Amino acid sequence: MQNFSYVSAARPEEAVKALGRGCAFIAGGTELLNWMRLGIATPDTLIDIGGMEGHSRIERTGDHLIIGALATLNEVGEHPLVRAHATVLADACLKAASPQIRNRATLGGNVLQKTRCAYFRSETPLPWGCNKRSPGSGCAARDGLNELHAVLGWADHCVATHPSDPAVALACLDASAEVMGKRRRMLPMTDFHVSQVEAQAMFKAAGTGSLLPAHEAQIETRLARDELILAYHIPIHDGERSAYLKVRERESYEYALVSAAATVALDGGLITRARIALGSVAQKPWRLVETEAALIGRRLVREEISAALRTLFEQARPLAHNEYKVQLAANAALRAVLAAGGVS
Amino acid sequence: MIGRSITRLEGHAKVTGKARYAADNNLARVLHAVLVGAPIANGRVLSIDTEAAQRVRGVVRVLTHSDMPRFGAVSFPSAILKLPMQDDVIRHEGTPVAIVLAESLESAEEGAGAVVVRARSESPLVPRDSAGETPVRMGFGEDLNRGDVPGALQRAAHRVEQRFIQPARHHNPMEPSATVAEWFGDTLFLYDSVQAGFNLPPVMAAVFGIDAKNVRVIAPHTGGGFGCKGWVWPHEILAAAAARVAGRPVKLVLTRAQMYANVGYQPLVRQDIALGCDAEGKLAALRHDVVNTTSIVETWTEAATEISRGLYAVPALQLTQRVERVHANLPTAMRAPAEGPGSWALESAMDELALLLRMDPLDLRLANYAQTDPVHGKPWSSNKLREAYAEGARLFGWRERGQLPRHDGPWRIGFGMAACTMTTFRHPAAARVRLQDDGGAVVEAGTHDIGTGTTTILPQICADTLGIDVARVSIQHGDTTLPDAGPVYGSSATMGVGSAVMLAARDALAKVARLAREPVETLDFAAAMRRIGVAEIVGDGRFALPGNASFNADGAGTPDAMRTWGAVFLEVGVDPDLGLVRLRRAVGSYSAGRIVNPLTARSQITGGIIWEWGKATMEQSLQEPRHGRWLAKNLSNVAIPVNADIPAAITVHFVEEHDEHASPLGAKGIGELGATGVAAAVANAVFDAVGIRVRELPILPSKLIRDLSS
Repeated sequence: MQNFSYVSAARPEEAVKALGRGCAFIAGGTELLNWMRLGIATPDTLIDIGGMEGHSRIERTGDHLIIGALATLNEVGEHPLVRAHATVLADACLKAASPQIRNRATLGGNVLQKTRCAYFRSETPLPWGCNKRSPGSGCAARDGLNELHAVLGWADHCVATHPSDPAVALACLDASAEVMGKRRRMLPMTDFHVSQVEAQAMFKAAGTGSLLPAHEAQIETRLARDELILAYHIPIHDGERSAYLKVRERESYEYALVSAAATVALDGGLITRARIALGSVAQKPWRLVETEAALIGRRLVREEISAALRTLFEQARPLAHNEYKVQLAANAALRAVLAAGGVS
Repeated sequence: MIGRSITRLEGHAKVTGKARYAADNNLARVLHAVLVGAPIANGRVLSIDTEAAQRVRGVVRVLTHSDMPRFGAVSFPSAILKLPMQDDVIRHEGTPVAIVLAESLESAEEGAGAVVVRARSESPLVPRDSAGETPVRMGFGEDLNRGDVPGALQRAAHRVEQRFIQPARHHNPMEPSATVAEWFGDTLFLYDSVQAGFNLPPVMAAVFGIDAKNVRVIAPHTGGGFGCKGWVWPHEILAAAAARVAGRPVKLVLTRAQMYANVGYQPLVRQDIALGCDAEGKLAALRHDVVNTTSIVETWTEAATEISRGLYAVPALQLTQRVERVHANLPTAMRAPAEGPGSWALESAMDELALLLRMDPLDLRLANYAQTDPVHGKPWSSNKLREAYAEGARLFGWRERGQLPRHDGPWRIGFGMAACTMTTFRHPAAARVRLQDDGGAVVEAGTHDIGTGTTTILPQICADTLGIDVARVSIQHGDTTLPDAGPVYGSSATMGVGSAVMLAARDALAKVARLAREPVETLDFAAAMRRIGVAEIVGDGRFALPGNASFNADGAGTPDAMRTWGAVFLEVGVDPDLGLVRLRRAVGSYSAGRIVNPLTARSQITGGIIWEWGKATMEQSLQEPRHGRWLAKNLSNVAIPVNADIPAAITVHFVEEHDEHASPLGAKGIGELGATGVAAAVANAVFDAVGIRVRELPILPSKLIRDLSS
């Protein structure tokens, strides 16, 4: 670990203004410090935004739930408003990490964590290729041990998945991130993270001299380098229920093999609206839009939901060791939709 | 007092942070050492550029193989015979190629990051399913060919022939290995994290050409070992060497990542088992062929065939042990060695055979109970396995399991059982007991608290022998200036040093009785000492092995064969949609000699069951196929069980037993016994739940989903 300097910001404007080359924001610090220990990040300056007042609030404004970026995962997961109107997010938060980490980690930082790919998480000096760590060095996981890697949206330059649980719930809920850079803007959480295929397109479109990272593998979100997440805005739909399902080999403190977030609205036993997002299958939460459309007017039973999930098998592109993930994702999605609809 | 559940005497010191571990020793003028590991698994060091590292503020010196002094030749108990930093050859990734010494840990870490190692890389050997080669024998895991195995298998009414695989797994003790070394002329002090302090002096003496008497090891507390702190590993030698070169004390703490490549682990083990039996289930033949991975020049034999010599009465036996060389660090003993892997294969195969026979798996085991040692025909020193089976089955409700529900929401419920057994390893041990005229006593034994309860039960044994309250007994331990109490591994400490303490207390009482001219039976030692005006009496105790051997397995060379026994019964839930396996309850029932402290014994067994639950369902260390490096060297990509995985319903039962042939105390080993049988019982229960037989551990959701959806 290298020496760095530390400043703290009292307001977002101050934080954004202080941001220069080699700077990194820090709030809970549960992820950035890992990067610094492993040599994934070597910032010269840390800008501590953890003390900014008023940015951990959780409140209802009209038909939206607003969650400040500095709210911790435990605060979000246990908040009555979140539990009532965004159960899927509350559960995703409480199924993430460990109680100790959830007390530190913020919802703003959580969506910006990096992949758990073992090749990527190796200590410096990196013994193998990883375009995220060392642009142009290749992707050792592409033809290596990739049981835990992507089945959707990957490219040869990178096959990593994004590990965040809350991000899957936020994408499922059609939430938006309120971000601040030179100006404030709303960024839909379905578009916040990008798959490797999308990253390639962004990289190609941007051309030289852009503010994008040096390699397409390093483009993981649409958040600009000088932007800071302030809050999440989650639309509330009365009568809609949601559920989060996380599949992992152990019961707690483990990243998902696959996760599924679902919301369901029913009328007379028929589905009027459903949204499904899968986690740990791609570098972004993967919305099953075709399935969502196919579910409208269907009954909330295994057979009909399974039929609607068939498109997943057509779209998925498993790697050498992760074909199981497609079936597992379909099963998880089925279970999440049933749970959201009140069938356990 | 023996047989009572007293809580940890060392507990208060631990929870208040007073217990001093190796890295807690902050010596004046200490230099912090950080290792730089080889970046490749196979090849040679071309150059090591230390210039940038030397410029880091606080860095005092960077050592490489070119300026490291040449070491003297070492032998066992050095884990490694070919020591690192003596030449430019790289035989596994992460082997130390440089050491950065600095005034602070931060400087040493930064310096280590600035060392540039250039190496010529050749493609490494990785696990490849070869037939393996015959290892040099270590007196354990010998091949055996008795009776007509092929003929008996051919004639058998029922036959199971299967391959069982378990991946490599690392010990991952909570405390990483740490060594603080300080020289006073030719005298070496080591504050170390070890399971056997007395293993160090002979190795250090050989390395540095000094007298073993001049090496003192101080190690009262060790934060878990499980086998990876048993023998002497290179980092301990390198720390001492660096301290000698620098002329200052040196502290070296391995990082979690460095633990993966700088101490041992349990290797990948492939086992081919063939079982044949008659129509009633009586075993006629057993073939057990084992191949484990080991390093390029050093050999570890994972003696999984040991179980096939002892657990069942089989007339025809064919056992082979082979090793497959890979460019990885050397494996070592890990809770439980030999029978840990062996029971996974044999007890899975027995379950498969029971299914062919349509027989209760418990009845199949009872039908093949070994009345005597199957290989040598010797009587057992003690064996209450049938009582353990009966009591375990009763506590679990095994015979009535057909009436229990098979579904719980999305969960399918399965039941599985397996036998447990472990070779009895014995090590000699000495101890001293000092009687005080105020009625107190001090136990002195060069043993270590490694978390198992040793420093609770030794005072307990002493108090029991003396007939006093345990509160009146204190213990001095963890220092090689104390009597050589042997290692804390191989489940041998209670038996060995416990017996030595008992004998030392008896010796002290006998001395008081002699001096006071009183019969020992009615002696009040404190009153007698005060009457004759003696403030302290010292008793010595020694637990010796036949022929004064330094190690004994299985009671070899004695009239008796020695093992420990048991059975584990499990209920698991399997979610067939999601491939999840969860433990619902467990009963372990054991025949393991005299139980000194039921509370610490229960903790040991519970820990063993949890340990094997991890092996069964999640743990694996994968060697990256192209680079030869461990794919992941941290606990975020190598899962081990957490609290939420473990139900409260784990019942542990010990059969009343006293094995005076194994030790004067009547005790045997339990630390590893609990970590046998469980993985097979899990696989058997998973089969019972969903009809899928997994023969390659761990039983991950990916494997179940593959089979359930095809």
